[in-house]
Amino acid sequence: MKNKKMLNSLLINGVLAVICLCWTVPTIGLLISSFRDRIDINRTGWWTIFPHKDWVSVEKVKPGPEVDRNQPMTFEGITATFEEFSQGIETKDLRLKWVGNRRVGYLDIQRYGWTAASNFSLENYKQVLAGDDYTATLADGTTVTERGDNMNRAFLNSLAVAIPATVIPISLAAFAAYGFAWMKFPARKMLFALVVALLVVPLQIALVPILRDYVRLDLNGTFLAVWLAHTGFGLPLATYLLFNYMSELPRDILEAAFVDGASHFTIFTKLILPLSVPALASFAIFQFLWVWNDYLVALIFIGASPTNQLLTQRLAEIVGSRGQDWHLLTAGAFITMLLPLAVFFGLQRFFVRGLLAGSVKG
Amino acid sequence: MTSTTPHSSKSGNRTITGILALIPLLASLAVLVWGFFFLRDIQLAKDSNIPQVVTVLMAIVWGVGGVILLFTTANFFIEQLSDAWVRRLQPVLFVGPAILMLVWALVLPTIRTLVLSFYDEGSANFVWFENFKFVFTNDAMLTVFRNNLMWMIFGTIFTVSTGLLIAVLADRSKFESFAKALIFMPMAISFVGAGVIWNFVYAVKPVDAPQIGLLNSIVVFFGGQPQAWTAFFQPWNNFFLIVIVIWLQTGYAMVLFSAAIKGVPSEILEAARVDGATELQLFFRIMIPQIMGTIITVSTTIIIFTLKIFDVVIVMTGGQYGTSVIATEFYRQYFTYNNNGVGSAIAIILLIAVTPVMAYNLRQFAQREVF
Repeated sequence: MKNKKMLNSLLINGVLAVICLCWTVPTIGLLISSFRDRIDINRTGWWTIFPHKDWVSVEKVKPGPEVDRNQPMTFEGITATFEEFSQGIETKDLRLKWVGNRRVGYLDIQRYGWTAASNFSLENYKQVLAGDDYTATLADGTTVTERGDNMNRAFLNSLAVAIPATVIPISLAAFAAYGFAWMKFPARKMLFALVVALLVVPLQIALVPILRDYVRLDLNGTFLAVWLAHTGFGLPLATYLLFNYMSELPRDILEAAFVDGASHFTIFTKLILPLSVPALASFAIFQFLWVWNDYLVALIFIGASPTNQLLTQRLAEIVGSRGQDWHLLTAGAFITMLLPLAVFFGLQRFFVRGLLAGSVKG
Repeated sequence: MTSTTPHSSKSGNRTITGILALIPLLASLAVLVWGFFFLRDIQLAKDSNIPQVVTVLMAIVWGVGGVILLFTTANFFIEQLSDAWVRRLQPVLFVGPAILMLVWALVLPTIRTLVLSFYDEGSANFVWFENFKFVFTNDAMLTVFRNNLMWMIFGTIFTVSTGLLIAVLADRSKFESFAKALIFMPMAISFVGAGVIWNFVYAVKPVDAPQIGLLNSIVVFFGGQPQAWTAFFQPWNNFFLIVIVIWLQTGYAMVLFSAAIKGVPSEILEAARVDGATELQLFFRIMIPQIMGTIITVSTTIIIFTLKIFDVVIVMTGGQYGTSVIATEFYRQYFTYNNNGVGSAIAIILLIAVTPVMAYNLRQFAQREVF
């Protein structure tokens, strides 16, 4: 009986561990690669940083002019012609290969043994963050100068978009939720039904009409445009979540405050808002992550303007134009993930609560 | 508490104080409008030498301060009026701004898009249902619908079942919270970021070079040929994109299922165990029926989510190689071909596709007793 229980728990934890591994390995691979040398990333898999058996170059021999390259030569006890060395000679744990031409080339001696790639640096991060030309030093000592990807600026832009685009809808929604929950006015039920109906409306339907308004107001390409759009798109869920929370606060607290002569505004700011902090926090995290990670809204309302572009746009642009530059892609992707992951792990509790409360959003 | 109780003042004074109280409201409106144009212009100006950090801070002060200022001054004004007017106007102040915003951002655009969908590509001539006819007969569009259907079916089935499996396993493990945090983590990652992560997993190199993509290197290790998984592997390449969304969304499903499982009364489970039910019977005959509500909620959310899928496809393939979906096709028609008519028609089709869920939500709402 006890053995069976042990076996069961081993099985459960084993399967769980395998699933967890599958879920995290892609991200870990990206993280590791972002610190690797730009040439290494493209030449070997990121897992080569773990100890493994492979051919390791131990010595480069450049024979002097006295060695006749047209006769068979002997290295490490192996005698062969130049052509054979050029092709490469391999024994069980030794590999000899002539690199370069007959006269000035050299012989690369490799042995089969334990090794691990260990060439790490912050170069990739420096380059994607840089705004102007960036000079990178390669592993072999040469330098290349390339344009930086200006993610520094994009990071600030993303902050400038995400913070107001989180706070404005929350403030509007908090007032509205209080109004729906505690005030009596005509068409109250109908207006709230509108909020519920708008919960699942795909935002694609709104993009082009809003874009036309922005063209008329000359707002295209500004942060203002993105805040207003995100405010509109985030409001239904915000109002719905906060209403659910506020309407369940105990009625007698409010009635006591009314008897004391407090106005709605005072009750809202002094009593209801402090009590609603958990719900406000849940939604704030939601909205912040959603705006930070958004691509479509930024793509349409900010567009190609290089100074105002957000992180997701910059990253998508590198994917589109230089999809094989893995040293930039990996570092760039990790920069976009930094803040969301910090927010997420720091405030996971609130996030989960928000998910459980708002599972109706599409 | 401030002396904003209106009953104390006499009716003659009230008119005067009412007018005086308008001043802060009008002033704050003026400040807001000025800030609006100021922020717009410093961002559009080519030769602006204001440091970006300053712009950002000002933007935050304007956005957040503006909302607070407007509500405070408007409320100050309203509370100077008679009780009857306070009762009438205060709800307008509380609910009005949000409703206005919703009408501008979602209600009116829906109507405007509907109108556009009946006009031709330049929005000049009324063409009745021509755009819809095109959408439902065009070969490329039919592939698009097929792809979305694949997304909805396979994306939902796999997300829900893996989420449920992990929730059940984690519930019996000592490492529950650690395991759940790992599975949940992708939810914090943007689709563009996830696209890069998986592009790297799917990366392909020529046959004779060492593979740097995890998937191809595993395939090669077992003696297979490296493949360009998301490109020339049709129609299966869609699955390799769907995997990304399963990876992203399973955490969500798991969290909801986990909460639901903990809500199943343990007496029922114990009683069934005593009666000799096996764990599998327990799962399928008791657990599943008990959490059916959650399964439906999660499935609906994921179906809507996959219906609107955009970022993943645009980043991974740009909608090429037969992977285009409704939302990417919408983008292409509008912004690449400048075809307002067909673009709008596609958006309307998206809207129609979610109406059953909308109707269900409204019915649930109508049954609530809060109102």
